[in-house]
Amino acid sequence: MTPYFLCLLLFLIGVYAVVRKRNIIKIIIGLIIAEYAVNLFFILFGYKLEGRSPIYSPDQEIFNMVDPLPQALVLTSIVIGLATTALAVAIAIRIYEKYGTFDITKINKLKG
Amino acid sequence: MTFIPLFVVLPLLGAFIISFVGKYKKCFSDIFTNIITLTLAFLSFYSIFLLNTKSSLYIYKVGGWAPPFGISLVLDGLSVFMLVTVNILAFLITLFCINYMEKFTSKFRFYTLFLLMLAGMNGIIITADIFNLFVFLEIASVASYALVAYGIESEELEASFKYMMMGSLASLFILLSIAFLYSYASTLNMADLAQVLKEKGVNKVVTFAFVLFLVGFGLKAAIVPFHAWLPDAHPSAPAPISAALSGVLIKVLGIYSLIRISTIIGINKLFSNTLMFLGGLSIIVGVLLAIGQMDLKRLLAYHSISQVGYIILGLGIGTPLGVSGGLFHLFNHSIFKSLLFLNSGAIEYTIGTRNLDQMGGLREKMPITSATCLIASMSISGIPPFNGFFSKLLIVLACIKSGYIGYGIVAVIGSILTLSSFMKVQRYAFFGSLSKKSQEAKEVPSFMKLAMLILAIICSVGGLLIFKDIGNYFIKPAQEIIVK
Repeated sequence: MTPYFLCLLLFLIGVYAVVRKRNIIKIIIGLIIAEYAVNLFFILFGYKLEGRSPIYSPDQEIFNMVDPLPQALVLTSIVIGLATTALAVAIAIRIYEKYGTFDITKINKLKG
Repeated sequence: MTFIPLFVVLPLLGAFIISFVGKYKKCFSDIFTNIITLTLAFLSFYSIFLLNTKSSLYIYKVGGWAPPFGISLVLDGLSVFMLVTVNILAFLITLFCINYMEKFTSKFRFYTLFLLMLAGMNGIIITADIFNLFVFLEIASVASYALVAYGIESEELEASFKYMMMGSLASLFILLSIAFLYSYASTLNMADLAQVLKEKGVNKVVTFAFVLFLVGFGLKAAIVPFHAWLPDAHPSAPAPISAALSGVLIKVLGIYSLIRISTIIGINKLFSNTLMFLGGLSIIVGVLLAIGQMDLKRLLAYHSISQVGYIILGLGIGTPLGVSGGLFHLFNHSIFKSLLFLNSGAIEYTIGTRNLDQMGGLREKMPITSATCLIASMSISGIPPFNGFFSKLLIVLACIKSGYIGYGIVAVIGSILTLSSFMKVQRYAFFGSLSKKSQEAKEVPSFMKLAMLILAIICSVGGLLIFKDIGNYFIKPAQEIIVK
């Protein structure tokens, strides 16, 4: 059970950073942390203790395999995360050019 | 059916080609994008025809893998309904863009992003795999974040950043709930998942996953407690993109996905009560926030929150009448809200402002914009011959028939407040004396006029879908997927 709780803790740290931090870069890092917590969770429930890699070979009998599907899904999810992060950082740079600061309390030209 | 993947492949291919060729040939991206969106619109109409004449379900197996293991693409009543809504609008919006986007540089990048967003939305609609839905959702979302920041002025960047953070958190919640569902049911195929959940029964894991889905898709659809990003993000984008975001994106990413998931898990009493409460809250809060706005696009964005509330309310009631009212309103709202956003774009195009204070007397200078805006305003506030009236009527009737009289009253009050706020728009923008800025206003170029006129015609005749002979081909198959 412990790994799951640690994973939840990591997710909460990430969400905390997104919600509470004032620096844009720290918010983006928080998002990445939360995303990695979700990816870790995906891997965790596919994992078996002392499990082996899911590769078939003709000469031996295979048992106790790790579920390979979550690993494939996480690979996709990491790539998506890369795209989002790259866009977020690009926009953060543009925001710095326009406002001269990374502090979100000073970036408030919109009313809402 | 072999043409199903074209809904995703065509826009993806178009985005790829335009990003290479569009730089060198200026008019190429205009023509090519319009051809693609027109083809997609025809294909979606063809699939309505197929669905009503032959089989009512078409499955395409990607790569030839059999359904529970491979990804399959499915055309059923609900997905065809959404495909038609999305692709008609995509075509009219690209038609509008031919003239409107002239004032921006590097137009081809705009078309690339727009086609990517369209590919994402079409993918969400036709996929039958729950993780594949997440992937397409992210494609559409990332393209829309970039499109909101398209003007790269300081307000637009700020809005885009806000939208991106909210959207990414929403995607994380969705991914997390997919993880929970997979760990419980060990399958990703939607039909298979529904089967397994039926056999294993619904327990706390599934309920928790469902709450996460509600938060994630609620953030994407801007239902009231999660709405804070929408009034910033939608007005900041260029007008055709505001039309696409408010018209179809929030519906496909938020409402359609939520409905799909709830048909898998099964709708229970608690869930439908939650949806109805959120819907009623959205109607009132959205419209109250909208009345005071003086920025035209911001006012329209707040109305999107309120109108999405109607859709959620109708779907939450869960009776066949309520669900068809909700779906009908979804179609109608995507038509008239896009028309209103295109009108605001046309006004901004000629007089360069979207502040209602600085407009006035535009009725004489821009007769077509004024006439179409009047039609759209009457539709959104529910004046009888136009389409908005019939869908709101269905929702109110469904509320009363199922005994939720309070929600019926809320819906009527919301409609009256909407009328008052659009009377304000008409009064400030189109009637009254000419302001200083509107002196030199003139009517917009022909493609923009054409797009607005077609949307206004759909607004005027859309009410005919309420008759059984016509609605049976379009709304009823979709409603039968949700309420069996």
